[in-house]
Amino acid sequence: MVPLSYYVILSTMVFVIGVIGVLIRRNIIVILLSIELMLNAANINFVAFSHYLQNINGQVFVFFVLTVAAAEVVVGLAIIIALYRGKATVHIENINLMKG
Amino acid sequence: MNFAVTDIGAVLPEVIVAVYACAILLIEPFLPKGRQEVLAYFGFAALGVAFYGTWNLMRTDLTVMNGMFVLDPFGNFFKLLLYVAAAMTILLSMEYLKREGIDRGEYYAFVLLATCGMMILVSASDLIMVFLGLELMSIPFYILAGFKRFEEKSLEAAAKYFILGSFSSGILLFGISLLYGLSGTTNLQALALHLRGAELQNPAWILAMILLVVGFGFKIAAVPFHMWTPDVYEGAPTPVTAFLSVGSKAASFAVFLRVFIEALGGIQSDWRFLLIFLSVVTIVLGNVVALVQTNIKRMLAYSSIAHAGYAMIGLIVGDSLGIFSLMIYMLIYAFMTLGAFGVVMLLRREGVEGDEIRDFAGLARKDRLTAFAMLIFMFSLAGIPPTAGFVAKFYIFMAAVNAHLTWLVVLGVVFTAVSAYFYLRVVMVMYMKEPDEAVQLSAPPGVVMVLAVAAAVVLLLGIYPSPFLDYAQEAVLKLR
Repeated sequence: MVPLSYYVILSTMVFVIGVIGVLIRRNIIVILLSIELMLNAANINFVAFSHYLQNINGQVFVFFVLTVAAAEVVVGLAIIIALYRGKATVHIENINLMKG
Repeated sequence: MNFAVTDIGAVLPEVIVAVYACAILLIEPFLPKGRQEVLAYFGFAALGVAFYGTWNLMRTDLTVMNGMFVLDPFGNFFKLLLYVAAAMTILLSMEYLKREGIDRGEYYAFVLLATCGMMILVSASDLIMVFLGLELMSIPFYILAGFKRFEEKSLEAAAKYFILGSFSSGILLFGISLLYGLSGTTNLQALALHLRGAELQNPAWILAMILLVVGFGFKIAAVPFHMWTPDVYEGAPTPVTAFLSVGSKAASFAVFLRVFIEALGGIQSDWRFLLIFLSVVTIVLGNVVALVQTNIKRMLAYSSIAHAGYAMIGLIVGDSLGIFSLMIYMLIYAFMTLGAFGVVMLLRREGVEGDEIRDFAGLARKDRLTAFAMLIFMFSLAGIPPTAGFVAKFYIFMAAVNAHLTWLVVLGVVFTAVSAYFYLRVVMVMYMKEPDEAVQLSAPPGVVMVLAVAAAVVLLLGIYPSPFLDYAQEAVLKLR
């Protein structure tokens, strides 16, 4: 059996990649993907802990997270499309009407 | 696992609000264009019925749905506040949406859905509910922030809020997953039991706690997680900004408090210093940066950041007096902020945005009552007696002194004095400057009503606060 620590290391790596992606990438679509990575890192944790603890709650939590993530992406993509219609760009450097 | 039908009774207010929101979405396509404001009355009906339900359940104290959902006076206090804030938001919106050409029925449905999310948030007794409530609150807000979808500023606000909001949700969720792994439960009471008397050997506890603080810090707009606040407040439609700064902050503080005092209370010594640090930088930065703002909505954004810093003191103290002062603070903050945004909305007219501070020039000549209302709100935000803002700050500082955090109080008072400069500057501009042009302000009845109610409550709470204080005190005693 794969020890728990492997899963936790994997999820931490995925999470850190997601955080770095949000912070340094300049394309909103890629930022959206990075946020999905962060959510899925948490999902890996939930499933791994759930199996390790023999407790079903974690897997139930994953279902909720998946559903919420889907709803969030729907709204996010709609906002990006509306933004693209006005500006014809998805780069956040060009989204800078307000500063401070 | 068991499920009792009677459990439904406890969540009835949430169910009612959600059902009304869905009904609005269903009715909306059948209404002719221009008649959408009928749906606003649907919104009032939903909030009224829910208010009645919560009022009747007010003194109950029970946990239902297998420990997922808790109904207690603490949560009900915040729920009643949220109903009032949502109703006032709808009142502010009706005329505004028409004038901006965005009078779509969905608006009211999203306001109700966000309210439902906040209600779940303040009653959450399980980390699953915390996450779901947070998302049910945030997702409608992403849409509402971009509701002026032909205006680039509004869309930009929506995009920024969406990215940073879901980023913070991701961080919070990772923290929750670590807590689950460490304790084997997501229930707040079970977590508290797990932590009682336990020696914390595992540094992952600290990591999970930090991730939770970051996640909640984004939602309450604490420095250094405040970057989204000024941009979103400026770009979003003004009634949405008002609701965002009042409802979302109150609900987030309620859940912050529930998670940290109720579940993580056992490791208070570990998170206390972190929160003290956040509170200090929030108070300092919020007040100092507000000094240089020329846009009133941005100024109110930094003011709301600074107020989050003050309210956090109640959380840091964490005893009954601290919780009590936080509840009072959120109540008073809600009314003065809604009122201030209401005045900003009155200045909006054809061709003029009306959200620059110089637009307030000579307001006292043009409209004496509006200027006086703004004066009350500004005095209250600055914490000058006899307005309610003074009562709010008084209890927060008293709680801090009782907890031997006198230096924090000194800092808070010093920066309250700094804040008086930028609040009173608005008053000075209104009363001392000559008006630029002779324009007649529009006075939609909804906005006037909100201003009257907010000003009355701010003065009443400043002069005679005891009925509200008594109820809050009772709610706190039940919580502990």
